[in-house]
Amino acid sequence: MKSSGLTRALALAWRWLRSATGDDAYDRYVEHHGACHAGDRLLTRAEYYDESQRRKWSGVSRCC
Amino acid sequence: MLKSFWGIVLALVGATALAAIALHREEPVNALWILTAAVSVYLLGYRFYSAWIAARVLSVDPTRATPAERHDNGRDFVPTHRWIVFGHHFAAIAGPGPLVGPTLAAQFGYLPGTLWIIVGAVLGGCVQDMTILMLSTRRDGRSLGQMARDELGPLGGFAAIIGTLLIMIILIAVLGLVVVNAMKHSPWATSTVFATIPIAILVGFHLRRWRPGRVLEGSLLGVSLVLLAVVGGGWVDHHEGLRALFDFQPVPLAGFVIVYGWLAAILPVWLLLAPRDYLSTFLKLGTVALLAVALVLMHPQIRMPAVTQFIDGSGPLFGGKLFPFVFITIACGAISGFHALVSSGTTPKLIGNEGDVRLVGYGSMALESLVAIMAIIAATLLDPGVYFAINSGAGIVGASADAAVQTISGWGFPVTAEQMHRLASVMGESTLFARTGGAPSLAVGMASIFGSIFGRGLLSLWYHFAIMFEAVFILTTLDAGTRVGRFMLQDMLGHIWQPLGRTSWYPSVLLSSALVVAGWGYFLYIGVIDPNGGVNILWPLFGIANQMLAAIALCVATGILIKSGKVRYAFVTGAPLAWLALVTTTAAWQKLTSPDVRIGFFAAANDLAAKLAAGALPPEKAAVAPQLIFNQRLDAWLTLFFMAVVWFVILDMARVSIRSLRGQLVSRSSEAPYQVSRLAGRA
Repeated sequence: MKSSGLTRALALAWRWLRSATGDDAYDRYVEHHGACHAGDRLLTRAEYYDESQRRKWSGVSRCC
Repeated sequence: MLKSFWGIVLALVGATALAAIALHREEPVNALWILTAAVSVYLLGYRFYSAWIAARVLSVDPTRATPAERHDNGRDFVPTHRWIVFGHHFAAIAGPGPLVGPTLAAQFGYLPGTLWIIVGAVLGGCVQDMTILMLSTRRDGRSLGQMARDELGPLGGFAAIIGTLLIMIILIAVLGLVVVNAMKHSPWATSTVFATIPIAILVGFHLRRWRPGRVLEGSLLGVSLVLLAVVGGGWVDHHEGLRALFDFQPVPLAGFVIVYGWLAAILPVWLLLAPRDYLSTFLKLGTVALLAVALVLMHPQIRMPAVTQFIDGSGPLFGGKLFPFVFITIACGAISGFHALVSSGTTPKLIGNEGDVRLVGYGSMALESLVAIMAIIAATLLDPGVYFAINSGAGIVGASADAAVQTISGWGFPVTAEQMHRLASVMGESTLFARTGGAPSLAVGMASIFGSIFGRGLLSLWYHFAIMFEAVFILTTLDAGTRVGRFMLQDMLGHIWQPLGRTSWYPSVLLSSALVVAGWGYFLYIGVIDPNGGVNILWPLFGIANQMLAAIALCVATGILIKSGKVRYAFVTGAPLAWLALVTTTAAWQKLTSPDVRIGFFAAANDLAAKLAAGALPPEKAAVAPQLIFNQRLDAWLTLFFMAVVWFVILDMARVSIRSLRGQLVSRSSEAPYQVSRLAGRA
């Protein structure tokens, strides 16, 4: 019983960490794509990473 | 009921802590009191003031769909959990600024800086960040420049863009100078910082080619390698041949930084910028958390007096009286205009519910302010004599160790050459005299905190870890800033000749990047050859510029509040605006007209010109004097230009507000129409 609580907490922390760092960004994109744009072409993992970095760094995303 | 109980408890804790700081004037105060006071005030501000602003001033409506929901495309518009947006936003706003500014402002004593950081954040910085975030969220995530154009007029928008570009150039120059000063004649620091470049490239390949998008893996690999590089730097430092290879004068180091900045701006982002940013974000968050834990465990005594004699304007780090210069020196950490750009950029496109702007906007800034508090603690727990010996330029205290310790001890802050030599040797440096810029003294402070908790024998390792940590995210800001500057410049050049505006046309990329790098490279070079350290000129200029950008952001916010019929709440942004207008205008005025050569740009230029003409300068100073004279005059004109821009925007805002109050025609609000949220209620 105790260990399942701990496992759940660890799983939650892991999910949060992946989400906060963008580690799961592609998985979320695939999920969103399946739900909303099923007809369009799905970007590959590398294409998606490329595009997201280009977008991120074309505006002010870091400060002093 | 329970909530108001905790509110009262918090208020009592905060009041006790503030009283402890105020009443301990004659004896050393413990850093824990400062931390407690700061955290209590932030929590009170968050709990009450931000809630009131959200409800009354901004009319936050949790049932209203945000742009992230309306335009959800799984890419840039993504409704995201509020704690994750908080993390992203905090990582974006927290740079080296809140570490450097408070370190420099510690010359006035620990009290003025601490009070300004706390009060400025709760009533100014947090309010600005939250308000701009909310206004941009209501406007499909539009940028500050676009909002200024839509709500005030085309000239207001143009002023915001020009102001931003110039601030970026000054900011990058001063940060470059901080890194150069930390690396000069330090083979350990130089080799470690250099090693971060191939490490970033390796991580870049990992994230793009080998294991695309596996951010955690790549970052973990990079962070481990960077930590190894800190240890490796120590090995280089002990190796006779390698040591000489990494021992540089400041001018070649500035050359490296300039070439590096240009390369980083023209290379694809995945190769250098993106992986470096992942490394710096992990290091930054990890180190800040570690510092907080260590400070609580160590709870050191503050050794700097509450207020020093330098409030009269004669300070060795930079000239100028307490008012207005403490408010200029500490921008980031109290209120920083730059944040308005991030709050009106990526973040509003992630906000899943309007209710989240409180946590993300107000909360992130409160946390950044706490980082600034930790920086001022790290600076003021040092022996004041040591602090001044590290941070005073040779031009102020004298070039030799004996002259420096004599001058500084004469101020009433006893320090000996032997003590400085011992300190340098335990930190693994050849000297710590005149290491201006704030990074070395912060690193000494951090090393003593970490060392006392996690092993005293490792002081030199902690020192270089701290230097590496600062350098890594200063270089990230430098890369990212140069790139953004390039985009802005291309946007402007595109109006002159259309092909120059194409961000993918390589000749234009090369040219515009070179122009931006030349801009900050010039100020960096002048800062490096300046015998007074350069930071004393550049940092106040940056502070004035950054506070003026904040004034522009607060103008946009105040104008929008008045236009939307909330004139009775306009003081929420109007009062910090009035304060910043007063502070920046006074500072700019003094920088222009003061007859004191350490404050007035024209006075310094004329004084140097007269000495040069009279042949009163030693040959090495005479050689650089014409450049320094030109630079002081240029800085003066730049200050005047900043002041003109900011007053122009203030008057434009006043014009629009008066028209609106009289019921005359003004541009329509650019707010997106109400649409009910389908996500509301779902956590």
